[in-house]
Amino acid sequence: MITVKKLVKRFGLKTVLRGVDFEVQPGEFVALLGPNGAGKTTFLRILATLSRPSLGEVNIAGYKLPHEAAQIRARLGVVSHLPLLYGDLSAEENLRFYARMYGISNYELRITEILEMVGLETRRRDLVRAFSRGMQQRLAIGRAVLHDPDVMLFDEPYTGLDQDASSMLDDVLKTVAAEGRTVVMTSHDLARAENLATRFDILSRGIIAASATRKQMKKSNLLTFYKQALAG
Amino acid sequence: MQQNKPVTLRILDGVSILLIGITVYLALFVAPTEVTMGAVQRVFYIHVSTAWVGMLGFIAAVIPSILYLRTKDMKWDRIEVAAIEISSVFFFLAIVLGSIWARPAWNAWWKWEARLTTAAIAELLYFAYFMLRAGIDNPERRARFGAVYALIASVSIPITFMSIRWVDRTLHPVVFGVSKATSEIEMAMTFDMVKILLFAIFAFSIVFIDLFWNRIRLGDLQEKVEQLKMKVTM
Amino acid sequence: MTVKINKLDRRRKTADRASPLSLRERARVREGSFTKAVSAIVWKDLRAEFRSYELISSMLVFSLLVILIFNFALELDIKTRQSVTAGVLWATFAFAGTLGLNRSMAIEKDRGCLDGLLLAPVDRSAIYFGKFISNLVFMLIVEAIVLPVYSVLYNTNLFQPGLLMVILLGSIGYTAVGTLLAAMSVQTRTRDVLLPILLLPVVLPLIIAAVQASNTILAGNEFSEITSWFNLLIAYDIILTAVAFMLFDYILED
Repeated sequence: MITVKKLVKRFGLKTVLRGVDFEVQPGEFVALLGPNGAGKTTFLRILATLSRPSLGEVNIAGYKLPHEAAQIRARLGVVSHLPLLYGDLSAEENLRFYARMYGISNYELRITEILEMVGLETRRRDLVRAFSRGMQQRLAIGRAVLHDPDVMLFDEPYTGLDQDASSMLDDVLKTVAAEGRTVVMTSHDLARAENLATRFDILSRGIIAASATRKQMKKSNLLTFYKQALAG
Repeated sequence: MQQNKPVTLRILDGVSILLIGITVYLALFVAPTEVTMGAVQRVFYIHVSTAWVGMLGFIAAVIPSILYLRTKDMKWDRIEVAAIEISSVFFFLAIVLGSIWARPAWNAWWKWEARLTTAAIAELLYFAYFMLRAGIDNPERRARFGAVYALIASVSIPITFMSIRWVDRTLHPVVFGVSKATSEIEMAMTFDMVKILLFAIFAFSIVFIDLFWNRIRLGDLQEKVEQLKMKVTM
Repeated sequence: MTVKINKLDRRRKTADRASPLSLRERARVREGSFTKAVSAIVWKDLRAEFRSYELISSMLVFSLLVILIFNFALELDIKTRQSVTAGVLWATFAFAGTLGLNRSMAIEKDRGCLDGLLLAPVDRSAIYFGKFISNLVFMLIVEAIVLPVYSVLYNTNLFQPGLLMVILLGSIGYTAVGTLLAAMSVQTRTRDVLLPILLLPVVLPLIIAAVQASNTILAGNEFSEITSWFNLLIAYDIILTAVAFMLFDYILED
């Protein structure tokens, strides 16, 4: 579903990604872990078509970056730590806007569906300005799933959420993933990642230092795996 | 790109200095004194030449801007910056020399006429250009935004010039031939003067090429230093 | 507190999701409906604005303050005042305009909404046209309020069709370039300060033409004198809109 070969990303003279090789099969849920500054957000932005690779190949759903970026976008859902929502619009207006941007026809039904899925149906007319961080994040996921994307990218979705909101997010993520989507999620929070993902990749110093599926990890636990990968 | 200055460039440096010297000599000593304005008119040769170089720089900035956006090769960005820097310096000189010339002729340091005002606006655009670049840390974005603004500015300047011209009755003298009654200055040019003017323009064109080449080299060397710095700190 | 998460009825099999789109679907995606996106952006901006009135109120108050300052700064008798009306109006619009442009782009940048726009499967130029139209609407609204206020304060009739035309053409060109430059300046460190510095020198020919044309109209002179200024306004609008639109893509990539 996602194939990345020797991806290099430079900002001026600084090289952030130094030849990343990364492959995701359809339906996998990959947790991309790593220390701060490893390049996780940069990597995700490139996958999200928001940033161009300096060198290397990226293929998503059969389309190549950067030339076929538009086709990729239609099948991509992105949740970043910023909500990407307009504070002065209500929840349903935000969804309506994105529905129109994604060219979804007959969106009213879909919007109601999504609001119910993330548990915000009763607050649909309220302005997003008034939402808590947790509610905004749930709505953001709703926005990302609106057009039924095949691939989903989550960049540190748990940032700033309290315990309650985090467990709600867990549920939403599980639902979203269960629908056959391919998911890549970056996170600092090893515990949450361990809970959700089918595969764990560690990004360190600009390359993928280690990768293991859940089955392979049954023997050790995630923290040990993580520390080993960083040390090596 | 060589570490040491290529021989051609060294020669060009020498030739440029020589040509400037000759031009100044011609302007100050050889050129006949103009009938109406007297000795101060001699500034005119250098004034026109610097304005000419300013123009060259301005035009020379357009192509690299387009090429940078197309190819994303940073060398075009360095060429673009070089052209704009040279243009900004020379337009400034032209304005100053123009004022020196204007004072005795028009009894004012400044008049809001088309050419002077457009040169001043060009300076403002260049200032904006450098401010824009200064506010961006990411080198790739800096180059991209610089190129975009350079193109917008280069489209707008000719229109600005035309519009001011339409507003004013120009105070700039009609250079070749006898001036009409509507312009406030009369300056009759003899054939000798025309020859010297053309030589001055030619000389300063060579100076432009010399400065342009040098400035591009400077940009390349700066880039190299940055790369070496990065290697050392890794 | 638990939230009931409802599973969606529709579920596509993993295999379905993995296959590249069929040819027909590809065509549909590429269209992405340009006009829908543009109208979505315009509608979104208008909807948000008519809740908070953030942009319009700040532009309006600023305009009135500028006129006030000019009033005391210039201290004119009635006759001289007529000759500077056009200038005062255009100076006001030029400065107030930067407020609206800045704020309009800052809203997108702040909550990462710009990324939201960039993620949509539409041509980047849809973003340009959407913002351009909404910025233009806000500017025209402010102008529509300032004109009668000025007319009343100074007992002049500003509602002449020629003048309205000039204001429209001038605003179009101003917003066309302003939207592009605002999108740039909002991505720099110096942000708000930078936009007027970038915009005003570029927009000069517009101001020159607009003031000249406005003066002629207000003085009640022959229409034939103004055709060249109108031509300049139209030429500027067309050329700069085309150039801005072509260059907009380059500002948004990373």
